[in-house]
Amino acid sequence: MTMKEPFERVVAAHGPMVLRVCRAVLGVHADADDAWSETFLAALRAYPELLPDANVQAWLVTIAHHKAIDVTRARQRMPLPVAIVPDRASTIGQPGRADPDLWDAVKALPDKQRRCVAYHYLGGLPYDAVAELLGGSAAAARRAAADGIRQLRETYGRAGAEAHDEAQEGAGR
Amino acid sequence: MSRENTDAGWGRSVLSNLAVSADEVRGLHDRLAASAEAEGMLDVAYTIMETPVGRLLLAATERGLVRVAYEREGFDAVLETLAARLSPRILEAPARLGVARQQIGEYFSGARTRFDVPLDLGLSSGFRQAVQRYLPSIGYGQTQSYKEVAQIVGNPAAVRAVGSACATNPLPVVVPCHRVLRSDGSLGGYIGGLEAKAALLALEHAA
Repeated sequence: MTMKEPFERVVAAHGPMVLRVCRAVLGVHADADDAWSETFLAALRAYPELLPDANVQAWLVTIAHHKAIDVTRARQRMPLPVAIVPDRASTIGQPGRADPDLWDAVKALPDKQRRCVAYHYLGGLPYDAVAELLGGSAAAARRAAADGIRQLRETYGRAGAEAHDEAQEGAGR
Repeated sequence: MSRENTDAGWGRSVLSNLAVSADEVRGLHDRLAASAEAEGMLDVAYTIMETPVGRLLLAATERGLVRVAYEREGFDAVLETLAARLSPRILEAPARLGVARQQIGEYFSGARTRFDVPLDLGLSSGFRQAVQRYLPSIGYGQTQSYKEVAQIVGNPAAVRAVGSACATNPLPVVVPCHRVLRSDGSLGGYIGGLEAKAALLALEHAA
């Protein structure tokens, strides 16, 4: 029998990844925090019944996708007492300060490209799994992700390229 | 290499480094623990505390304190056992352990001679649980032999079984198996090591 790990370990292993996915899809603010919380609460609820050989990372990304949709819908249903509803401040400090340009570049991508990039590059889902979540074919998901990455590489510009070069040098040492 | 492949390599190395700080994830974790508790989905909460006999892991179900573990038992292994035997819905959630942590602190500072927290004895059964239920009747600073305990719980021949009940006590310190010694006064065994057993006895005799 395969033993199921304590859920604490699931949070430790995948918490940062799920937060990146939520932020890429929803933006770096409280909506992403809410989607993260709803994702792990739903995962905790279902965890005892999860098959022991399940791919936990893919399972979490799939839940995060649905929770991000829920959060977006809930926000759209909210009454609008003022002309512009400001982003609520994050409750967990000042997130993502190190890469504001990159987060902004991700945010600026068209919806389909942004989700394909988030689920494949940040969530580690293969393209057929991305296609299952978003509809369409695996080839289309792959194209959307490739378009998104090309766009990011262009708008993120020099700073990102330098960071990449440093990372490559670091990997080579 | 194609444009798509070089882009993909760039994407993987840059995006995987998008900043998510440990503090941010810690804050979300604590929020999750509070929500899980509020919705009745936190089957086992645990925390780790420093004591004069080393770090102790405290774990509680909704019924009460279910496990106290010494670091030498391996906290990872202890949590895995709790996941297998009770539930894998386990989170580090100190709030539920607040009273137990405070009383254990008071015990080690000499200010407390008995514990008053709900216990969940669900990890043991039968004769072992009967022995563990009896142990708190041995008062602070007192000791009994394995043989005496066997007589009192009604099975004078079960000296070895009393020994294994003490050795498998899921709640050391709080359920005072350290107060049970060999008939010749030597320490016998202890789940936290003989040094810890001697330290607890010394603490209680000095008080």
